[in-house]
Amino acid sequence: MGRYVIRRLLQMIPVFVGTTFLIFAMVYALGDPVAAMFGDRAPDPATLARIRAELNLDKPLLQQYLLYMGGIFTGDFGQAFNGQQVTELMGEAFPVTARLTMIAVGIEIVLGITLGLFSGLRRGRLVDTLTLISTLVVISIPVFVIGYLAQYFLAVEWQLVKPSVSSAATFDELIVPAFVLAGLSLAYVTRLTRASVAENLRADYMRTAVAKGLPRRRVIGVHLLRNSLIPVVTFIGTDIGALMGGAIVTERIFNVHGVGYQLYQGLVRGNSPTVVGFVTILVLVFLLANLLVDLLYAVLDPRIRYA
Amino acid sequence: MPDQIEKTAVGTLDPEPVAAAAPATDREKPRSLWNDAWRELRRNPVFIASALMILFLVTVALWPSLFTSTSPTDCQLAKSRQGAASGHPFGFDLQGCDVYARTIYGARASVTVGVLVTLGVALLGGVLGGLAGYFGGWWDALLSRITDVFFGIPILLGGLVILSVIKGGSIWTVIGFMIALGWPQIARIARGSVITVKQQDYVQAARALGGSTGRILLRHILPNAVAPVIVVATIALGMYISVEATLSYLGVGLKPPTVSWGQDISAAAVQYRNAPHMLLWPAGALSLTVLSFIMLGDAVRDALDPKLR
Amino acid sequence: MRGAKSAKWVVGAIVVAMAASACGGGSSDEGAGSGDGIVTAAWGDPQNPIEPANTSEVQGGKVLDMIFRGLKEYDPKTGEAKDAMAESVKTDDQQNFTFTLKKGWKFSDGTPVTAKSYVDAWNYGAYLPNKQIGSYFFSDIEGYDDVHPADEKSEPKAKTMSGLKVVDDHTFTVKLKEKFSTWPQRLGYKAYSPLPQAFFDDHDAWLKKPIGNGPYQVDSFQKGKGMQLSVNESYAGDSKPKNKGVELKVYTDYNTAYNDVLAGNLDVLDDVPAGQLANVESDMGGRYINQPAGIIQTLAFPLYAEGWGTKDAAKVRQGISMAINREEITKKIFQDTRTPAKDFTSPVLGVPGGYSEDVCGEFCTYDPKKAKQLIEEGGGIPGGQLVLSSNVDTGSHRDWMDAVCNSINNALGKKDSCRVNPVGTFADYRNQVTDKEMKGPFRAGWQMDYPLIDNFLTPLYKTGASSNDGSYSNKEFDELLGKANAEADTGKAIKLYQDAEKLLVQDMPAIPLWYQNGSSAHSERVDNVKLDAFSVPVFKDITVK
Repeated sequence: MGRYVIRRLLQMIPVFVGTTFLIFAMVYALGDPVAAMFGDRAPDPATLARIRAELNLDKPLLQQYLLYMGGIFTGDFGQAFNGQQVTELMGEAFPVTARLTMIAVGIEIVLGITLGLFSGLRRGRLVDTLTLISTLVVISIPVFVIGYLAQYFLAVEWQLVKPSVSSAATFDELIVPAFVLAGLSLAYVTRLTRASVAENLRADYMRTAVAKGLPRRRVIGVHLLRNSLIPVVTFIGTDIGALMGGAIVTERIFNVHGVGYQLYQGLVRGNSPTVVGFVTILVLVFLLANLLVDLLYAVLDPRIRYA
Repeated sequence: MPDQIEKTAVGTLDPEPVAAAAPATDREKPRSLWNDAWRELRRNPVFIASALMILFLVTVALWPSLFTSTSPTDCQLAKSRQGAASGHPFGFDLQGCDVYARTIYGARASVTVGVLVTLGVALLGGVLGGLAGYFGGWWDALLSRITDVFFGIPILLGGLVILSVIKGGSIWTVIGFMIALGWPQIARIARGSVITVKQQDYVQAARALGGSTGRILLRHILPNAVAPVIVVATIALGMYISVEATLSYLGVGLKPPTVSWGQDISAAAVQYRNAPHMLLWPAGALSLTVLSFIMLGDAVRDALDPKLR
Repeated sequence: MRGAKSAKWVVGAIVVAMAASACGGGSSDEGAGSGDGIVTAAWGDPQNPIEPANTSEVQGGKVLDMIFRGLKEYDPKTGEAKDAMAESVKTDDQQNFTFTLKKGWKFSDGTPVTAKSYVDAWNYGAYLPNKQIGSYFFSDIEGYDDVHPADEKSEPKAKTMSGLKVVDDHTFTVKLKEKFSTWPQRLGYKAYSPLPQAFFDDHDAWLKKPIGNGPYQVDSFQKGKGMQLSVNESYAGDSKPKNKGVELKVYTDYNTAYNDVLAGNLDVLDDVPAGQLANVESDMGGRYINQPAGIIQTLAFPLYAEGWGTKDAAKVRQGISMAINREEITKKIFQDTRTPAKDFTSPVLGVPGGYSEDVCGEFCTYDPKKAKQLIEEGGGIPGGQLVLSSNVDTGSHRDWMDAVCNSINNALGKKDSCRVNPVGTFADYRNQVTDKEMKGPFRAGWQMDYPLIDNFLTPLYKTGASSNDGSYSNKEFDELLGKANAEADTGKAIKLYQDAEKLLVQDMPAIPLWYQNGSSAHSERVDNVKLDAFSVPVFKDITVK
């Protein structure tokens, strides 16, 4: 078990290098960010050259990458154009987005699995149809539309919440954004659980369990749910990374100053230290979540063992 | 060897009837599994309804001029945001274009993006993930790590970067990009699903009976592991159409002259209070498309799964 | 089952670690609540550190406007340049100027503002190794080329400009390279602000909490999130703030800020997003301002590109200009928050300042027949199709781009005469523009630095000028500008500028589209909200109920 975890941690190194290089190269390919600093005015070549030299932009891609990685290993993630250290930005943004993601995942787990379980148990009935329709609506409407509508109706029309999240970004403020963020994944979780439950419902061990005279709650809670959760867990695990980095639109609409916001700003301004730094952390989170999923397999399915 | 999975004695908790393993000797059977599925489908009203709907959508996508004589790019700003009028049942958008014509013509881009990306992603992700799950070992480790590299990049972020770099906006660059970043999701699901299936007794039985790897994969693993992939893929189809819209919202999606629901929805999203009809029709069309594909996916899944017969 | 148990344990550990990282931080930076006299206002994250000579966009400018007062300031109503810290400005030859400062001015850290504060600040702004993006504002001063060589490889020969001399604590002189009669009037621009000694002593600390001599002082500054400003008690200017302070909140999407104003969660929004324009009047009632500002939107042509540089192409450009129905677009797309352009300047200059309603004349008036005819005479659209480019990540550019193209297509009677090319990011767009990669007309917005006609012409259309993105070059035009700059009599100078402007109509290197208004909305909590000629709220006059 311990060896397995260590092996997996070691495997993260090439993935980490691969991803950071990929992102670095992509931001590099976006082109020179310095011209845009001058606004609608053509940059003065001498000043431009100085700024480029300061940011190492005058060097070849590989050298830039190595310089950047060298910095990372000494804890220097570089600077955003407004002069702020990227590590400082991370310290502000990640806790906010982590809270947002935790609430979103919580919603997915509680609501998604419950709905999925009920519609799986009652396939073709009213509950199932209602769930189908509501998940469908969520899936089919792009997230920015849901975001704008939720904001307008909940905050402006009905005055239930504030339209934007304050810079403190407390848990209660993040509930509406988390719902918007979780919407699509919620639909996935519901449908995956439903499919999985429906399938396992017909398994013989279920018949056995019922025949043994076990209480219905135990049959569903232990035998059915536990066996149905594997694909769901896979999905949620991979979704954590996607949620954290995919909050670009949600964070923009609700004015959450989290990872998505910083990434978007960094990207729009072509600031590779910000983008690469944030994505690096996101990849780490994602890899850890993946490891978590694989370990959860063993918890959920005792037949699987890691040597 | 990572992810080495050992079958333990506890496996007997899940005694699977030998139904799937038994027909291994019959040569006609490989086709008949799908034949059975087809027979099943033909009797399923959900399948018939969704298939007809998709047929209709595809027809609209292929021959939009059959459904409207108005051009989607014939726009009179004077009619900006006006409601329905005779000959223009859905009203006009901000630019004074006919919303009905744009909804009809937008089907092509959105359906193409949805269908092609889903096919590409399901093929690429399904095959790679399935192989990783079945063979395990270094093969799994390698594929899983490649999956991780691509999966580590959030799709919208990747879209902002990659599509800005390519300066594309043609439907093919958008499709290519979405496949490139979308396949790991399916790969993960397929891998997990294959890992579960390959431990089932009927697979063990087939292996014990001396079935070749290819045969086991095709006959036993594929039909049994494909269900979660189909479910996720059909839902993903709708998501891909939505993502295309979100990319438009972020300014890197499809570009004119391509007419797409995504562009129209993103243009209408900020006008929801002033001209809800601008949002309603393309978004409604999108929902309908997604509904059809999910229903179809459900029906196909049910038909392919012998346990649900 | 041992495996499963230890797996549970590891899972638990990772979950706890993740949760712990989520719960850390999140300290409350909340500004003061209501009833405390503080005005909350929407803000965009400034791109660069906030320094007077290093700020090129309006968001950083908003702060500079609050924390600095230079020699001049622009009247919020008329845009006229008035003396702020300048006691007097004297010149005999339009080239050598003597500035005398008013006494008693202090920076918010208590140190006095002296002639040295100005000279040091300007030398800092011009000196190449300081990499200030606004250094060109000092390029008219003698000795600029020594501190800021144009060639990117050479090192500066001097640290200070020879044209700047401190006479005594309250007097300094400026020598310009050439005669420039209206030069002192541009000194209300914030790049010309004085800087305290603290700026030079501990630069990093100053950037974290800028110190100035304006009506407000910075209390705290969270980059990327917001800024709290309070009244600078030592401010020596005329009118003191009528509120107790301002809190700026960073918004990425102004639609959100708009909803915040609607819900009473934000007081002032200085730019109503396009999607809300149709409902803003019914939402806000009297709390909506829509007034002219010194911003003009144009479509510049790549005169360097194939087909656009020819002599006949001027006719094509004029024709395209006449194919754009400005009246309808400003009304339907912008709900009259833009005014169809009739010249290359802005109505905020006023007629005495050089604005004219009949410079462009018929060429800025929609006339599809004449448009078609002119384009045909000019040899048709180069390449057969007009490709219209703009970034679409800010503003509502996509909306008007579509409308302009539709207008051209309708006027010319051909569906594919014009196609829009939205560019995802501003950075990408500016690179394409500065690298001269454009093949068709592209957006060229201009927000004035100071309300003078010169600022609408020289930077944009003079040969080799900093914002002459289309590479327009006309000797006659350049000569007229030179003459106008040297002219001592303001009235005559403006006449010369207008003569130059008429050449622009002939050559049409860019199509004037519309003048952009300032449009703002505010909550019921505040009163006396006004916008100045730069469409920035006049924060010090806002009162809190």
